[in-house]
Amino acid sequence: MGNVTRRSFLIGGSALALSPWLVSPVLAAPKTIKIGALYPLTGNLASTGLDCRRGVEMAVAIINGKYDLSLPLAKTEGLPNLGGATLEVVWADTRGEPKNGQAEAERVVTQDKVAGVIGAYQSSVTKTASQATERLSIPYVCSDSSSPTLTERGLKYFFRVSPHDGIFAHDQFSFLKDLAAQKKHKVQTLGVLYENTEFGSNVGKEDLKYAQEYGYQVAADISYTNNATDVTSEVGRLIKANPDVLLHASYITDAILFTKTFKEMGFNPKGMLTMAGYIEPGYLPAVKADGNFIIVRSTFALDLAKKKPLVGQVADLFKKKFGIEMSENAARSFMAPFVLAEAINRAKSTEAEAIVKALHDTNIPGDQVIYPWKGIQFDPKTQQNIHATGTLVQIQDQQYVTVWPFESAAKDVIWPFPAWKSRK
Amino acid sequence: MADQLLQQIVNSLLIGSVYALVAIGLTLIWGVMNVLNFAHGDFLMLGMFIAFWCYTLFKMDPLLSIPVCAALLFLLGVGVYRFIISKVMKGPGLAQLVVTFGVSIFLANLAVMLWTPDFRLIEKPLLAGTWSLGSVQLSIPKFVASVGSVVVSAAVFLFLKKTRTGKAILAVEMNRDAALLMGINTERINSLSFGIGSALVGIAGAFLSMYYYIYPQVGGLFGLISFCIVALGGFGSIEGAFIAGILIGLVQTLGGYFFDPAYKYALVFLVYLITVWIRPQGLMG
Repeated sequence: MGNVTRRSFLIGGSALALSPWLVSPVLAAPKTIKIGALYPLTGNLASTGLDCRRGVEMAVAIINGKYDLSLPLAKTEGLPNLGGATLEVVWADTRGEPKNGQAEAERVVTQDKVAGVIGAYQSSVTKTASQATERLSIPYVCSDSSSPTLTERGLKYFFRVSPHDGIFAHDQFSFLKDLAAQKKHKVQTLGVLYENTEFGSNVGKEDLKYAQEYGYQVAADISYTNNATDVTSEVGRLIKANPDVLLHASYITDAILFTKTFKEMGFNPKGMLTMAGYIEPGYLPAVKADGNFIIVRSTFALDLAKKKPLVGQVADLFKKKFGIEMSENAARSFMAPFVLAEAINRAKSTEAEAIVKALHDTNIPGDQVIYPWKGIQFDPKTQQNIHATGTLVQIQDQQYVTVWPFESAAKDVIWPFPAWKSRK
Repeated sequence: MADQLLQQIVNSLLIGSVYALVAIGLTLIWGVMNVLNFAHGDFLMLGMFIAFWCYTLFKMDPLLSIPVCAALLFLLGVGVYRFIISKVMKGPGLAQLVVTFGVSIFLANLAVMLWTPDFRLIEKPLLAGTWSLGSVQLSIPKFVASVGSVVVSAAVFLFLKKTRTGKAILAVEMNRDAALLMGINTERINSLSFGIGSALVGIAGAFLSMYYYIYPQVGGLFGLISFCIVALGGFGSIEGAFIAGILIGLVQTLGGYFFDPAYKYALVFLVYLITVWIRPQGLMG
């Protein structure tokens, strides 16, 4: 510190701290508009992150190019109201950790001057990252994190397109009710199993709340450490409690390990209703036929194409571009760039306040989204999409098939879950 | 109740013996050259991937690819020692820690680059399925992996106690300078120990690949637990690592079953902390 005086050090330091606010917003229409995309591109969830990334890349390709699709901004190149400006994605790797999510959000805003941020898949990471964007006054549009608390914080700059776990959990209970009423399959006891980070614990909370509300008895309430090396003690507890139905919220690593341990120890409930890990593209290739009959919450399934041609068109484009089927993760992450770009286009500006105002006025009709929703409109208070709903898919012959709501089912639900020993 | 108790004890032994084999490799390296290999978990990951590729490309069952995993990991261990560790051994202790940490990050990212972050499983291992012994469900691959781990651990123990080379390794572990004076080539013993320690974790990888999913970050928690086992058993003690491995398996599984699964790893580290508090040198140190 030889020639740096205390005063110059302090001045320099405060200038550095203030620098994000010293940058004046860009008013003239730029050639490209940068958006920050936060995902776990390395680390435990790298395969998931890659999957989300493909969804975003597909979306940006459609926005920037010219496609005959009913999606927002598809038919024109770039954003017409900003002189055809194209989107440029600034990728940021969260490594799946909340502290990196925050740091990366700050980096893309202060260094890359992005107009908005999307991501970050894991709710715990989205939580810290969106706190950073809130502080820096930059809009954040999330379509892939599902913890209910994210839209309960009263943030001004945070919007969520996709359904949250409260909605998903409620769907599972509606399914059980419909199952009893329409298919005469009665369920009395539940086993609630959830990983202990932001995502799982909140699902667990919702499950317990609805179990009470709907009058089910909770036979087992088990929270566990994620990325476990061994889950035999968890499954031992489940076998002892012997619930009719298992509700499981887990990321992919645990989903694989649990499936194998369920089979090995012979845990046979009447049904398994699961979330997240069980629908990731890495899950089925890893467990193969052992995944059959498990039911997963979803916002997307390829069989929606039967009732919604847009789904088939996008899925075909996706397969052509990446050589694999579009997964639920890719399909969820796919929507955020459209919502953000559509708002920027209407705002005719990349200035944060104008974008937020435009986001509040968002009204994308149902035929412009690839999910079975009535559209996208944000609740003025929570800024959660009021039309977001989920569906349930069941793994049948190693394919995800929509089975609920019963009226939009592609196939009948297989119930009860066939015992492991009776399977080939 | 009693049924599940027996089942849980069996499960603890199954996982504990594999933990023990992973930890023995680590403790051997530590004992001989006082280097804590942070890349140990990643070596395990490489062992698993080697078994996976042998299965996928050459239709070799993990049981048959054990020698391949052992040999390749031995070479890797010797290579890492010769080209990296021996260079920093002359520097400060912190440099050795940091360099193995660097190797760890390098290997995990290399695996992502080469093989993508996807999850793999060996679909149809030669030995699959479950035996029902009364109320206890015994997974065959886990049983084989566990018995195999015990056999390999015993073989290492005998090798160290009975053979000339083994005795030389123990001599270096006891007193490097005295061993040098007795005419033992300590440099050769170092690279041999690093090779054997790595080969052991490679074998553990082959065993684990029979039932565990394989991906670039799979070594993380296994590595962390093996550090805990090595410290619990006493740095450098093979017997200690074996006993501690079984103990950790018991604490993790029974603790998870009777107490709360959310805290089972916390319990593991709590047992470690208490032991170190009472016996800082570890159980057998």
